[in-house]
Amino acid sequence: MTIQEKQNEVIDEFAMFDDWMQRYEYMIELGKSLPLIDEKYKIEENLIKGCQSKVWVHAELDGDRLLFTADSDAIITKGIVAILIRVFSDQHPSQIIDADTQFIDEIGLKEHLSPTRANGLVSMIKQLKMYALAYQTQLN
Amino acid sequence: MSQSTQVSKIDVATIRQDFPILDRKVNGYPLVYFDNAATAQTPKQVMDAIVDYYSNYNANIHRGVHALSQEATDKYEQARIKIQRHFNAEHAHEIIMTSGTTHGINLVANGFSSLLKEGDEILVSAMEHHSNIVPWQMLAEKTGARLKVIPMDEKGELVLSEYRNLISDRTKLVFVNHVSNALGTVNPIQEIIDIAHAAGAAVLIDGAQASPHIKANVQALDVDFYVVSAHKMCGPTGVGMLYGKQEWLEKLPPYQGGGEMIATVSFEKTTYAGLPHKFEAGTPNICGGIAFGAALDYMNAIGFEEIAAYEEELLHYATSKLKEIEGVKIYGEASEKTAVISFNVNGLHPYDIGTLLDKMGIAVRTGHHCAQPVMDFFKIPGTVRASFAFYNTKEEIDTFMEALKKALMMLQ
Repeated sequence: MTIQEKQNEVIDEFAMFDDWMQRYEYMIELGKSLPLIDEKYKIEENLIKGCQSKVWVHAELDGDRLLFTADSDAIITKGIVAILIRVFSDQHPSQIIDADTQFIDEIGLKEHLSPTRANGLVSMIKQLKMYALAYQTQLN
Repeated sequence: MSQSTQVSKIDVATIRQDFPILDRKVNGYPLVYFDNAATAQTPKQVMDAIVDYYSNYNANIHRGVHALSQEATDKYEQARIKIQRHFNAEHAHEIIMTSGTTHGINLVANGFSSLLKEGDEILVSAMEHHSNIVPWQMLAEKTGARLKVIPMDEKGELVLSEYRNLISDRTKLVFVNHVSNALGTVNPIQEIIDIAHAAGAAVLIDGAQASPHIKANVQALDVDFYVVSAHKMCGPTGVGMLYGKQEWLEKLPPYQGGGEMIATVSFEKTTYAGLPHKFEAGTPNICGGIAFGAALDYMNAIGFEEIAAYEEELLHYATSKLKEIEGVKIYGEASEKTAVISFNVNGLHPYDIGTLLDKMGIAVRTGHHCAQPVMDFFKIPGTVRASFAFYNTKEEIDTFMEALKKALMMLQ
């Protein structure tokens, strides 16, 4: 599945919910499906700055696909990073670099997109793209 | 309910009409504003003062010969006198207008850099806001003085016996907040000041958190420096005051150079203006200062004793309700505290709770509250902090409790 297809899938899922509570409950559920980062990668360098809670993200190449694992000490943040990883993981780095993140708005989590928001969603996206950029150069 | 009749001196329904913001909705829910320790809301009376200033007499002060400048100067200096009276300073020129508490602290810290030497000691409390730690660390680095910490206990109270042990003739300065922003503890500042003075040390009290609840009497306290921010007391942001005893303010060198703070200037030598202007370089926040005066008028018209009594009732009500919820741990259970509750629930991240409360229109603070040493002491990443003001109600506390239960249901 392409990033776009995965984004559409997430949009469709969130479209089933009528109110914010259901959306957040689902996001919390998604957090539980997050591919967890290996404890040994839970280090300072993998911490994403700009979050009130801690978020660690690790990336590694599998052939020409980039795989992400992550964790957070906050449940909602874990849900947010789970959605991002579901969309961006197991893709070619160039696809990740080019992907837009409009779907966040469409699933009703727009308020998390503000750069001043303490959950650091913007920083997370930036970090995933930075990893992609780094591995893209490696693939070239 | 006899208690509530007792405090009916506060007519909260009428008071709430002064605060238009309290009528707004957030995320579709009526706003419940419990982040008062971060900033208090602004009553119409203060907004009117701001509009009046810009509509009728906006001008630069102290130098103009024209009518507007004279009016603005008069109003600004009247505000200084209001502040002087509120804090019972002996002289109006002991009130230095600042941009806020942080500015006041930095002004004093900077001034002391020329008065301290290696081997001198500075004491700060373990429950300080970062703004009352970092300037002293910088001062210690610059002068070679040592920074020592007055510890606190599990209840969130300072250990005064340790303070007595730490203080000596090497101690030159003691810095303590009147009320802790993270825990709400009211510190025994009179005792702290007396002990410091007996050892010959000067004392700065950070009154930012106390000022909305307690009317400090600087002469009775015999405190050397007292700092506050207007926005914690229903005034605008970007303005505050530093009270300093005249003898200290005369001893400290100016903080910033510029207009307003000089008597004469030539390229060979500049002589500084007298107090308070020596510390007020440049055009000040004129409108802000006047609005600060209006905020003090507003709060004093309600009465600080009445405010304190009402807020204490809110605090007790909220504390007992919160304790009914399983897994709640309250941080800061000092015998004397202001209307602040810092808490966590069952190891949940405060951010999660705060985010869901926000979805339900409730504004609380989450995080380390710029007091990381306090969080480290309790070995937690942060807390949820609900802080109340005299315009809050028990009904809002009920709404908050229901929302909190809903949030916990979602997270657990």
